[in-house]
Amino acid sequence: MEKTILDVRNLRIRYGGSPVEAVRGVSFTLGRERLGIVGESGSGKSTVGRAMLRLLPGATITADMLRFEETDLLALSEKEMLKVRGRRMSMILQDPKFSLNPIRRVGDQVAETYLRHFQCSRREAHDKAVAMLEAVKIRDPERVFRQYPHEISGGMGQRVMIAMMLLADPDLVIADEPTSALDVTVRLQVLNILDGLVRDRGIGLIMISHDLNLVRNFCDRVLIMYAGKVVETLKASDLDHAQHPYTQGLLAAQPRIGGTRQPLAVLDRKPEWLEESL
Amino acid sequence: MSLPRLRLAGAAGQLGSIAVTLLGLLMLTFFIGRLMPADPVRAIVGEDATRETYEQVYTSLGLDRPLYEQFVYYLGDVLTGDFGTSIRTGQPVIEDILHVMPATIELATFAIFIGATLGVSMGVLAAVNKDRWPDHVVRVLSLFGHSMPIFWTGMIALIVFYAHLGLVGGSGRMDQFYIGLVDDRTGFLLVDSLLAGEMDVFWSALNHLILPAALLGYSSSAYITRMTRSFMLDQLGQEYVTTARVKGLSRHQTIWLHAFGNIRVQLVTIIALAYGSLLEGAVLIETVFAWPGFGQYLTSNLIIGDMNAVMTCVLIVGVIFIGLNLLSDILYRIFDPRTR
Repeated sequence: MEKTILDVRNLRIRYGGSPVEAVRGVSFTLGRERLGIVGESGSGKSTVGRAMLRLLPGATITADMLRFEETDLLALSEKEMLKVRGRRMSMILQDPKFSLNPIRRVGDQVAETYLRHFQCSRREAHDKAVAMLEAVKIRDPERVFRQYPHEISGGMGQRVMIAMMLLADPDLVIADEPTSALDVTVRLQVLNILDGLVRDRGIGLIMISHDLNLVRNFCDRVLIMYAGKVVETLKASDLDHAQHPYTQGLLAAQPRIGGTRQPLAVLDRKPEWLEESL
Repeated sequence: MSLPRLRLAGAAGQLGSIAVTLLGLLMLTFFIGRLMPADPVRAIVGEDATRETYEQVYTSLGLDRPLYEQFVYYLGDVLTGDFGTSIRTGQPVIEDILHVMPATIELATFAIFIGATLGVSMGVLAAVNKDRWPDHVVRVLSLFGHSMPIFWTGMIALIVFYAHLGLVGGSGRMDQFYIGLVDDRTGFLLVDSLLAGEMDVFWSALNHLILPAALLGYSSSAYITRMTRSFMLDQLGQEYVTTARVKGLSRHQTIWLHAFGNIRVQLVTIIALAYGSLLEGAVLIETVFAWPGFGQYLTSNLIIGDMNAVMTCVLIVGVIFIGLNLLSDILYRIFDPRTR
């Protein structure tokens, strides 16, 4: 964690027309590491991810600081933001069935990232895209390049997504539930590819997930979010020694293979968690 | 691979289904013709004919035969291109229709061009600016286009743009002065005048065409606008739009390079249907603008009960819709890789 890539202080997000904030004072920093954000549905974890890219239509984002490398993200104009998205920071979305444009060839969609950010010929972008498809371990990348999203499997679609988002060599990648839509059998494979690329290229990674075990295995640090707040930050290896009762509750609610056949613990949400400040 | 064979089988199946649809359509027009309370014999012989004359014509028309036999004869006639003679003009019906159809096609094509351009761009504009002022303006404009009676807007437009401002030609297909100046080669006045090299006639025809076409286009744009808006909103909520934005595409690029491609298929359907109903003839506008088109022809024959003409018109409308459906099927395959 030599150098800070992302510095977020007191991030607050309110969707238009809503009386309550979806994210209420989240602060964290990120170096060249892999940070997991965990929480249940509606805890604001995806909202935080999208706020980094400023892709929250109709929402108001405020923060004491939202610094990405040397850039103050909140001070950028939309036009300047276009140069950040895809080039310096990108995001892997959940389900390739929906996150790829159904009527355009897979390869063209990958190459588009490159064409968008670099002055180059179509030929060059094509070659870059094919090389990247190969890097995400797609066999016969030339053939896959010419295929349409409905012609490839979910696991392959998600590898295409990874290729698309890493093609311009960003410094930060946000993975928003990258494997939730995949079959269990290909999940690990896709995660290993992502993990390998992120390590090799020294990319900072924010992994948004509700899967504690996944985060435990693939992240260095974990942020636990509840109701728009970070309730606890800890090293992934220390997850079992979590202090906060919410984290403990989440851990206790997990089934274990070979565990006792007792009913799982039910999460007992305490109203004071909503008020608690960090 | 068996892919080409599959495609061939698909095409054959499509031709088969067209044939069946056509047969169904012929049956329908035939029986509608027979069920109509109009008496074809009376229309020919007139009110004061003797009983013998009536009987004679009745037999000569084959009306004494059983219905299915009549249908077989009708089918044979239609297949050999014989649609009967118009009682009113005494000419073969098909010739009459070939005479009026180009005027309507000319009008409808211009109108749909205006309507689609206007409708699609307003629809996209409204969707992109949902709940902001452009959306409200578009809503009011399309509501107006949808609910104003076209004969009324037609007359108002004639008063304003023709009588007062003199910007466009009045009623009819060209100025009186030019009538009969160019030969009737294709029936499309714009084409005929160009073929004859008569630029004056061409401009006059265009001048006369523009107002009714704009009015029809505006009125059909209302529906196209509303549909485009909802198609577009649907697409803008999709995840691949977010993907495009994450890659660094601007809102504008995302809309035109990604979202718009995905609504083309749906747009083709509704525009084809709108074009179909314009080709059916816009009786009201044709009446207001004294436009000698298909709508007027159909209506006037319906009123006097000239069943040969009416049946053929209905048949043609049906064929137009079948053709447009076929066209949109073909365009589907071009636009959407999933249907290939």
